[in-house]
Order: sequence, then C-alpha cells, then structure tokens
Amino acid sequence: MSETSQFPSLALVPSADGPQSAKEFKSDQEVRWCPGCGDYAILAAVQGFMPELGLKRENIVWVSGIGCSSRFPYYMNTFGLHTIHGRAPAIATGLSTSRADLSVWVVTGDGDALSIGGNHLIHAMRRNVNLKILLFNNRIYGLTKGQYSPTSEQGKVTKSTPMGSLDYPFNPVSLALGAEATFVARTMDSDRQHLTSVLRAAAEHDGTALVEIYQNCPIFNDGAFDALKDGDEKEQHIIRLEHGQPITFGRERENGVIRAADGSIQVAAVAEVGLDNVLVHDAHAADPGLAFALSRLSNPDNLDQTPMGIFRSIERPTYDTLLRDQVAKSKASGKADLAALIAGNDTWTIN
Amino acid sequence: MTKQVVPLDRVIIRFAGDSGDGMQLTGDRFTSETATFGNDLSTLPNFPAEIRAPAGTLAGVSSFQLHFASRDIMTPGDAPNVLVAMNPAALKANIADVPRGGSIIVNTDEFTKRALQKVGYESNPIEDGSLDSFHVHPIALTSMTVEALKEFDVSKKDAERSKNMFALGLLCWLYNRPTDGTVEFLNQKFGKKPDILAANLAAFKAGHAFGETTEDFAVSYEVKPAPMDAGTYRNITGNTALSYGLIAAGELSGLPVYLGAYPITPASDILHELSKHKQFGVVTFQAEDEIAGIGAALGASFGGALAITTTSGPGIALKSETIGLAVSMELPLVVIDIQRGGPSTGLPTKTEQSDLLQAMFGRNGEAPVPVVAPRSPVDCFDAAIEACRIATKYRTPVFLLSDGYLANGSEPWALPNVEDLPDLHVDFSTEPNHTLADGTEVFWPFKRDPETLARPWAVPGTAGLEHRLGGIEKADGSGNISYDPANHDFMVRIRQAKVDGIANDIEPLEVDDPTGDADVLVLGWGSTYGPIGAGCRRVRESGLKVAQAHFRHVNPFPANTEEVLKRYKKVLIPEMNLGQLVMLVRSKYLVDAISYNQVRGLPFKAEELAGVIEDVIKSV
Ligand SMILES: Cc1ncc(C[n+]2csc(CCOP(=O)(O)OP(=O)(O)O)c2C)c(N)n1
Ligand code: SF4
Ligand SMILES: [Mg+2]
Repeated sequence: MSETSQFPSLALVPSADGPQSAKEFKSDQEVRWCPGCGDYAILAAVQGFMPELGLKRENIVWVSGIGCSSRFPYYMNTFGLHTIHGRAPAIATGLSTSRADLSVWVVTGDGDALSIGGNHLIHAMRRNVNLKILLFNNRIYGLTKGQYSPTSEQGKVTKSTPMGSLDYPFNPVSLALGAEATFVARTMDSDRQHLTSVLRAAAEHDGTALVEIYQNCPIFNDGAFDALKDGDEKEQHIIRLEHGQPITFGRERENGVIRAADGSIQVAAVAEVGLDNVLVHDAHAADPGLAFALSRLSNPDNLDQTPMGIFRSIERPTYDTLLRDQVAKSKASGKADLAALIAGNDTWTIN
Repeated sequence: MTKQVVPLDRVIIRFAGDSGDGMQLTGDRFTSETATFGNDLSTLPNFPAEIRAPAGTLAGVSSFQLHFASRDIMTPGDAPNVLVAMNPAALKANIADVPRGGSIIVNTDEFTKRALQKVGYESNPIEDGSLDSFHVHPIALTSMTVEALKEFDVSKKDAERSKNMFALGLLCWLYNRPTDGTVEFLNQKFGKKPDILAANLAAFKAGHAFGETTEDFAVSYEVKPAPMDAGTYRNITGNTALSYGLIAAGELSGLPVYLGAYPITPASDILHELSKHKQFGVVTFQAEDEIAGIGAALGASFGGALAITTTSGPGIALKSETIGLAVSMELPLVVIDIQRGGPSTGLPTKTEQSDLLQAMFGRNGEAPVPVVAPRSPVDCFDAAIEACRIATKYRTPVFLLSDGYLANGSEPWALPNVEDLPDLHVDFSTEPNHTLADGTEVFWPFKRDPETLARPWAVPGTAGLEHRLGGIEKADGSGNISYDPANHDFMVRIRQAKVDGIANDIEPLEVDDPTGDADVLVLGWGSTYGPIGAGCRRVRESGLKVAQAHFRHVNPFPANTEEVLKRYKKVLIPEMNLGQLVMLVRSKYLVDAISYNQVRGLPFKAEELAGVIEDVIKSV
C-alpha cells in the first residue's frame, strides 16, 4: 500500500508513486468544444491541479451527466463515466459509497444539475457523499443549442423563449446551502488562480463539495459574465470571500458588507460605517445563515455584488464513512454464515 | 372425553378479518405449525393497499389463505373448505369463494346491527337462513377472549386484540396442529411486554381448549404429513428467498452486494431483508427515487460490486433510461421487478404478469436485456442466483421478473447445500488486452471475449486500464466515441448477438409429458407454474393427456424452444396479462398459440385452468 494523500479527505485513496505532470492527465481524445468555450480553461486548470492531489491516476474517477460540460471525463486520463442527463450525482454516489479508495469528481451543467437532475443534486449534498461536484454554469443549455436554463435571468430571449423567459432563476449557491451542503463555493473559468485555489479547498473537504464555476458559452450566451471579467469594472462587482477577513470590495476596497439594524446584511461605504463594523467572513460557521445571506447579495440580472470564493466549509461525517462504519460494525458482530442465514431458526428435518 | 379424529388429504383454510385484526400474523403462525408438522403447503396472503382502511368496510378486509396436504401441492388452493370470518365485512367479501357445504367460523360479537349495515347486510346472515347450505359455527370470539383474559392486567382493548390468537388456538385444535412453535414465537415477540405475552398465550390456549370442550365441533381433523424427500426444510416467502439468493450470489461471486432501491410495494421487503445482513458486506442504499436507486447501483457496478436494484412496474418505468445506459456501457446489473397490477398505480398489493413486454422493450433504441423469471416462492432463490450469473458473466443488465403472488406467498423449502451452489467467480481485467500497430500495449474496454461476446470488466484502481464509458456509441474494440454508421450497425447487432447467445448457456426447455403423446402443450412463465401444473394434474386425473413446459428464461428463450413447440398440435399459453408471452412466441416461432388471460389480481385457479385445457384438448 502506498503513502496516503496530503489531503485528509483522501486518506483512503492511494498516493502516486512519484511526482505527476498535467500532461499525464490529458487523455488521447480530441477535445471538441467550440473555439473559445470556457470549458477549455476549466479543463486546463483541472489538469494542472490534479498532480497536486498526488493520487494514483487510476484511483480518480470523473463522472458526468449530459451537456457540453459533461464531455469532460473523455478528456481526463483517469477512469470516467459519461452517463445520462442529470443522473451523475446518483451514479457517483454508488461509486463513492462502494469504493473508499477512489477520489470521485462530478462534472455537470446548469441544466444537467438544476433542471433534470435537481433531485439527485440536492440529495447528494444532503447526505454529504464524498463527491466533488463542479457545476459549469453558463446560464444556458449549450448542447441543445441555446435554450434558456434554470439559471438564466428572467426575460432571457432564446429560441424557446422569443418573448423572453418567464421563470425566476435559481441561485445555485443558495440552493446548495438550503440543501445542507457542507462545502459551497463559486469561482470562474477565466480566473485560473482562483479556480485552482477553490479546487484545492474542495479536494481537501471531506464530504460533498459544490463548486459553481461561471463558464462562458461564446456561442449561445456570450459575455454572460463580462461584468465579472472586465478589468476595470470587475472589482466593483465581485465580492471576494476570504475566511477570517472583513468582507470588503471595490477598487479601493471602499465597500463593506454590514449587518443592518433589521438583521439583514447590506453593502455600505467602509468610510461611513468603519472597518470594525464590516462583517468578517466565517466559512466554518455552523449556522449557514450568513453564507445564505451573502449568496442573496448578487443581482441575477447584472451580476452586481457577486460574492466569489468559499461561502461555507464545515465538518460533518460523510455518508460514505457512516455507511462503511455500519457495515464494519455488522461484520464485527455477526458471523457471515450463508448456510445459517438460509436455514433461519425454524427448520424441520425429514429422514 | 376425546373427540373423534377424521383423516383428510388436504384442506384449504382462509382467515379473513379487518386489516387491524392480525389475519396475516394468524395465517403465518398456522402456516409455520403446518410446515413443521410436515405437510406440503402453499399460501396466498391478500391484503388491501391502504394501511388501515376504515374498520369494518369491505375495502379493509385482509385475508390469508393456506392450502396444506398429505401430498405435494402446487397452489394455495381454489376455494376454501373453511372460512374464518372475523366480522361481517370479511364474511361478505369472501363468501362467494366458499363452496356449498364448506365450513364458516364467524365471530358473532362483531355481527352488530351497525357493522352489518356498514357492509349492506339488511339482516344478520347468521340468523336469516342465507348460510343454510354451509356449516356455520357462530362463536363469540371477542367476548370469550375478553372473558379468558379477565384475570390479566391488560386493557379491554388489548384483550380484544388477542382474539386472533383465540381463533388460531381453535384452528390449531381443529386440525391437530402442534402448538410449541406459536408459544415460542409469542415468547420472542412479546418477551419484553410480559402482560401482553401472557394475554396472547392465554387467548391461544383458551381457543384450543374451547375446541376441545365445545359441542359445536364434534370431530377434529388430521392431515398426515406429506411424503417429502429427505432433508432439512423451512418455510419461506418468495421475497425472502430472493433476498437470500442475492446474498448467496454475493458470496459465490466474491463481490460485495450493492442494492440501490426506492420503497414500493410489493418489492420493499427485499430492501428490508437485505438491510439486515450487512455482516455479509451487503450495502443497501435507500435512494431519493428509482432513478437514483438504479444509478447508484450502476455506479457501484463500475466499481466492481454485484449491483442490484429492486422495484415494481412503476419504478421500472423510471429506471428505463438507466437500463439503456447499462446496456450501452455493458456493465452487470440485476434489475428486479416484483410485478403488481397496472397500469399506473394499478393494484399495488395484487399480482399480475403485465411487465414482460416492458422488460423486453421498454427502452429507446435496440436495447436487449435478458429476462429471468422464478416459478415459485422457493425458486426465487435460484432465479436470483441465475440472474446474477448472467449479469456478471455477460456484463449486462438482467431482468428478474417476480410478482406479488410469489413475493408474499410461501411454501416449504428443502434447504440447499451451500457447497452445491454454482460458482459465480468473476475475473476483473488486470492488464492491457490489445497491441496497437506500433506495438503499444493498450486496454480496449470493448474488445470482446470471442465465446461469450462479453467485454472485459476493469474496475477503477487498476493501473494502466484507465478508460471512459458512456452512453454515446462506442467504436468496436477501443470504446472511443464513434458516430460511424457501419460501426453503429455492428455494435447494435453484436449487443443483440451477445444476449441471443445466452440461449446456449441455459438449461433447455423441459417438457412434462408423462405419456409422451399429448397433443396439447400448456406453456407458461413465472408464477403461473403452480396453477398450470395443478390444472394439468386435474386434466390427467380425468384421463386426458396434456404436456406442460415452463420458461425460466424468457429472453433469450432456451435453444430447444422451437423444437418443443413444433412437437404439439396446439399450444396454450395462460398468462395474468392480456397475452404478452404469446405475442413473443407467435412472432418468433410462427406458432398459432392460444392465449388464455385473466387480470383479476389473483393467481389462476386450478379448476379454471383444467376447464380451459380440456376445452383445447377437445378442440384438437
Ligand atoms: C433525458 C434527456 N432529455 C434531454 C436531453 C437533451 N439535452 C442534452 S444536454 C441538455 C441541456 C444541457 O444544458 P447544461 O446542463 O446547462 O449543459 P451545457 O451544454 O450548457 O454545458 C439537454 C436538454 C437528453 N440528453 N436527455
Ligand atoms: S455550445 Fe457553448 S458551452 Fe457548448 S461547447 Fe460551444 S461554447 Fe462551449
Ligand atoms: Mg449550461
């Protein structure tokens, strides 16, 4: 048995024999996303990060549903499953709970995870299955050529909604927090450094990690996240969450998030309220209240006040561990005697 | 004074009462004593879908029928010789099934004006002469139970509740059943509640003593043990046998059993049973829905587990897309459908065989899946092992089609010797299996075994064998995504050929044709085996000739099927659906098979089938 990983959450997964390179994680399959698709950047960041995990490649499994994003496993030189629309969290749950020695990653889209697969997603998070779920949110159905999705802003004009979509969108972070997720973060395709740091934290987390990744679809929803990418503008829109740090943002960090008299949280000028009154981010807080309130700050229409980073990261025994403990306990106490099981305690004999 | 004991060959008893009257428990206990005594037996529980339908209504009647005999029997019996009716609703719901001259034990305490009115009796049938052609034993079961328990520290309600034990005691006396087992059972069940235990024991004994002393019963009966092969026996229901078969398959294959399931009648008992046996390494995952249940199982299969999902017809409808994925990925998976009345919610607690075509064809694309069907409660054990064998050997999802009748019905089981069970040992791939033109050794996940056409099963954790599986069409051999027309045509055909080839790896269709020259073959599948067999037996007893054959494998059919069918002038196929097997047989073999159907939520009656068979014989 080889060394254990530097990540406690992956202690049961065997470590690689030596240093690895990003290249080793590239499969021989041609990548077939559209030119300029944000998925390329995410793939490169993931392949770049994988060696840091230091795990045996054969003990890593990528599981996806259906969508452009869900082609991801084909491009990773690990084990992988490209399954059916929306069901990746369920299928990955079976794999993760039956194999403690695997590091299981899920790739899903906003349609895959939040429309057809919404049920599986919330239940995986509720159970705290040891899955790292990367939700590529391009706010559109890419693979089916551009219908609005459950994260599209209301009024979205698409082929299926020529007069504008009527639905109110989901906020994936709010949803995850409501579903008892123990790790919830948001990052972006174009910010490799931030993306990598979030992946690292997700990998370290023991239990379900839900990582929302804003991803540009240049074909059907181009520029959806420009407000968060524009060099000049972005600092006005992004609220960077860092554990233990006051929640400030703006070019000069002139804005801060404060608790108002009515208990709600609001954005105020630091100069007016004083830095002492700015809330300090606590991702480890047992109560998800502040994390949820932060997730509600962003404006779904123009992405104003969008928090990025780790909203929540708390410890709670994983479903995998609890399940394995029950099996181990039964194995220790009861003898696995097939003949005795079959016979039961009410037999008779005929000679 | 000891009463006369009259010998009988066989008896059919039906206990009927309100859902809350404990009829299933009473039936189970009587069955257990009867099994221990050495009779052959078969049971038919029949209960409402509602947990507690309004008391005293027809909808709330729950019954348990038991057929026991001094020879081997095949069904729970057509018509009860004895009906125990705990209230007017139970009498009304069941009287039509009791033949004239049959015995009826009624609990007179419940025959109040209100209770009678509730089910539409204008006068009391016990008194108005309408039951004159039956032997009626009017017994104040409730008040006698309460009287017997007046010394005990139990509430009147608890005392009344013990009336089923009084009835059980009486029936045990009437049929000379042993009683030790019930005493021990009550000790175990109520050991922690001494007052309730004492009350139940006393009620049971009081019922027994009442039989001995009352003048109402002049004689008691005895059904001698049936001649059975030497061996150790137990009584078992289909769902329990099926669960044990799965655990056995896990042991025989050396793979951990992984069940992904969502509760649904009549399949939930398998989830309950398996969840009790984690010491075998069994994992049970109660999912958020049927799709997640099968999804988790499929994920576990990729990881190298013996993957199982259990459900009933409505759940299969939800699982269809994932079954297709398993067909495409060619991963082992056992899909268990305990069929019930449909469509939609249908008759949740009643039996039917109407999911055969759903199992065969209920998926998009050409997605062949082998189908295995047990024929009796005991056979559920072997059929489960067989389904696991095919799934793991051929790397395919397999349907196991049981039904509500097999699931809840029970019969004696000659315990198999664990050493004699088949070897299901599985080899995972451990190294590359293909050499590229440039000499590189690679792993090709879709390079098939030339004999079975099965692809290799390489589980995560195996160095050098990293590969990706998906639902998109795969190139033959390498398994890479392929949209090539010729490749798709080839892959569709080879997946079909793999399933078809299983025909050479299963027992041939056996025919029971005692004289060897019958003109008519009665053909069935699944749970109709007993009723068809009993029907054939009657026909033969009346001097006519008939042959019987029964499919255990419905897809593919055994290799000799065509040859068997062509031997007979007429083929009759009785089914609890509107003719699903007959559709398959007619289209595949161009045989003009005759269909006989019934979808009443209950198994066929032997007498009914005997009549149908005789008509066909006479028409030849
Ligand atoms: C059962 C089923 N329904 C519908 C589809 C069609 N479909 C494929 S992907 C998709 C939506 C994908 O959107 P998203 O999850 O956001 O992924 P993206 O392509 O944007 O990455 C749909 C509707 C399908 N493959 N399967
Ligand atoms: S359609 Fe959009 S999401 Fe899909 S590959 Fe093209 S750019 Fe990427
Ligand atoms: Mg999308």
